[in-house]
Amino acid sequence: MDRDEEVLEAPYRLEYTYQRSTGPVIGRFLGALRDARLEGVRTASGSVMVPPLEYDADGAATGEPTVVGPGGVVTTWAWVTEPRREHPLPHPFAWALVRLDGADSAMLHAVDAGSIDAMRTGMRVVPRWQDERTGSIRDLACFVPESAAAAAAAAAAAAAASAAAAGDDRPPVTMFPSPVALDYTVTAGRHLSAYLRALAERRIVGGRCPVCTKVYLPPRGACPTCGVPADAPVEVADHGVVTTFCIIRIPFDAAPFPPPYASVAVLLEGADMPIFHLLRGIPPEEVRMGMRVRAVWVADDQLGPTLASIRWFEPTGEPDAPHDQIARHL
Amino acid sequence: MNRCAIIGIGQTHHKAKRQDVSIAGLVREAAARALADAELDWKDIDAVVLGKAPDMFEGVMMPELYLADALGAAGKPIMRVHTAGSVGGSTAIVAAQTVISGVHRRVLTVAFEKQSESDAMWALSPRIPFQPQLTAGAGGYFAPLVRAYIHRTGAPDDVGMMVAVKDRQHALKNPYAHLRIKGIDLAMVRDSPMLWDPIRYLETCPSSDGACAMVLTDEDGARAAPRPPAWVHGLATRSEPVVFAGRNQVDPQAGRDCARDVYAQARIADPRRDIDVAEIYVPFSWFEPMWLENLGFAASGDGWRMTASGVTALGGALPINPSGGVLSSNPIGASGMLRFAEAAMQVRDQAGEHQVDGARRALGHAYGGGSQFFAMWIVGRDRP
Repeated sequence: MDRDEEVLEAPYRLEYTYQRSTGPVIGRFLGALRDARLEGVRTASGSVMVPPLEYDADGAATGEPTVVGPGGVVTTWAWVTEPRREHPLPHPFAWALVRLDGADSAMLHAVDAGSIDAMRTGMRVVPRWQDERTGSIRDLACFVPESAAAAAAAAAAAAAASAAAAGDDRPPVTMFPSPVALDYTVTAGRHLSAYLRALAERRIVGGRCPVCTKVYLPPRGACPTCGVPADAPVEVADHGVVTTFCIIRIPFDAAPFPPPYASVAVLLEGADMPIFHLLRGIPPEEVRMGMRVRAVWVADDQLGPTLASIRWFEPTGEPDAPHDQIARHL
Repeated sequence: MNRCAIIGIGQTHHKAKRQDVSIAGLVREAAARALADAELDWKDIDAVVLGKAPDMFEGVMMPELYLADALGAAGKPIMRVHTAGSVGGSTAIVAAQTVISGVHRRVLTVAFEKQSESDAMWALSPRIPFQPQLTAGAGGYFAPLVRAYIHRTGAPDDVGMMVAVKDRQHALKNPYAHLRIKGIDLAMVRDSPMLWDPIRYLETCPSSDGACAMVLTDEDGARAAPRPPAWVHGLATRSEPVVFAGRNQVDPQAGRDCARDVYAQARIADPRRDIDVAEIYVPFSWFEPMWLENLGFAASGDGWRMTASGVTALGGALPINPSGGVLSSNPIGASGMLRFAEAAMQVRDQAGEHQVDGARRALGHAYGGGSQFFAMWIVGRDRP
């Protein structure tokens, strides 16, 4: 069999939205964007930095806000022929560094020029604003080549925004959401894949280290203490002893059941490492260290290459194991 | 080898949410206080060593890039250290080693966490394909170890609650502490919800925003400093695999080895006798008696007796966590450095209301990961 076919693979998306606090300097910049206005900040050396940062390159705190633009000059650029889903424009555009009028630094943003032939270093651009603005860098939709019409549109948007801002009782911008999403393809590796495939056949197969003779669940490409593969196959029992446990009483998103429920470390007969699983079939307050338990498997048609092939463990009702038997295992 | 001294210490007021500042503003606040304590300016610093908790905790992947300007690092070496929850301690140790080795003369070291921007419970319990679920955040991981400790030693149920009360009483004396629970007592802890049985709500650390910073220097720098320095008498880190057959997670070998190393460097024969005060990393109350044994302050199985006797409270023979500890303030990335900094504050006679009278030698301790990373230093009032 081709080795690659033995290895299990699955997609995995790591996704979360962080809630950033802006601090006063960045918050003021985002608030100005909400008002269709571009602001920089003056540094200790007298230069104007756009977008503003809280500290300059010398480590000094930056000073007063300064209105810049709205127009500026492209100092360098790169053409995007195939925009990606996350890009600000759905059609080809330029990423450009734009030095706004009155600024000493250039900011990175998109330029919607229509065609690569319309782009050149030194060209003048003006902002195109979103109609709905929330206090985000995306309020500035992009820059466009300066023309009478574009300049008029930018001026009209700014005038409308400043009229709206006059009666504005919106709070200053202090927070912004920062979503991240990373797509992975997770591969289980040969040893973990073999272990998971055996579970689909109601078998629990560990790996023995040839040096220390310990049996690991799952088998490992390297024994943590000896450094050699711990993968000589050893079938272990689907029953064992609870070495320690926790009663989860706190609700949380990834919880398998409403609390309370018991999460247990089970030392299966024949293994030298406990596995973590759930224990059911007994009130949580009656769970004990040393309790003998057995696996409850899912129905045949639900078996798969996953530890979820074991639904949970349940007590066997036999007398508890003596402490000596679990003292060296957690 | 050069001697190393701590001449500047700064920290933020630790809170659940510091929404008035960015992360840059937060670290700046602690660093500026450390520089002010040392009466130095940004230009006096040769290098910056930075630490924070694992990236998913606040979604900042390259803090050394983002924070270089806030920490005045332009034109200087800056590096980041990673060792999970012990990172604040190991970051200070890396910074100290650049002084000890003679590479730098004045080093700024900073650690931080802004837990309010994220959710540590989410970060610790991702559903990664093929991997068994971590039961429920850090509490779900550590509660079975606490249960095993109680089972092995026969400790009475209320020892954990005593630690929870004692550390919060200490925090009432520390103006920087996050949790300041007036009237904290055993009944309040006992009546708090059981989260990860046997760990109750008030036996757990809070989620905090905060930062800590120190200025470290060599012997000449210490002589020129405006205030008495704390001298480094020893420093050590150790690690061990998170999983191996027969691993003793209640009393990890790496922790014992790290302690033995740092005591040997400081010529400490009997830590109980030779150390006046210790700041140790106790995120769940029962870790105080567990670490008392691991650190050699108590014989195996006797840590809970030492706690129960009152020895570890302010006014006792060996005060543990006079600052209020991790149980009172927990900006995770900074929590280890806060232990190291509090130890230094004690021997500088700088701890205000939570000062241990006559403290001459102090231990700072941090651990992280699945009890697999350890960082420790011994600091003293006297030059070693």
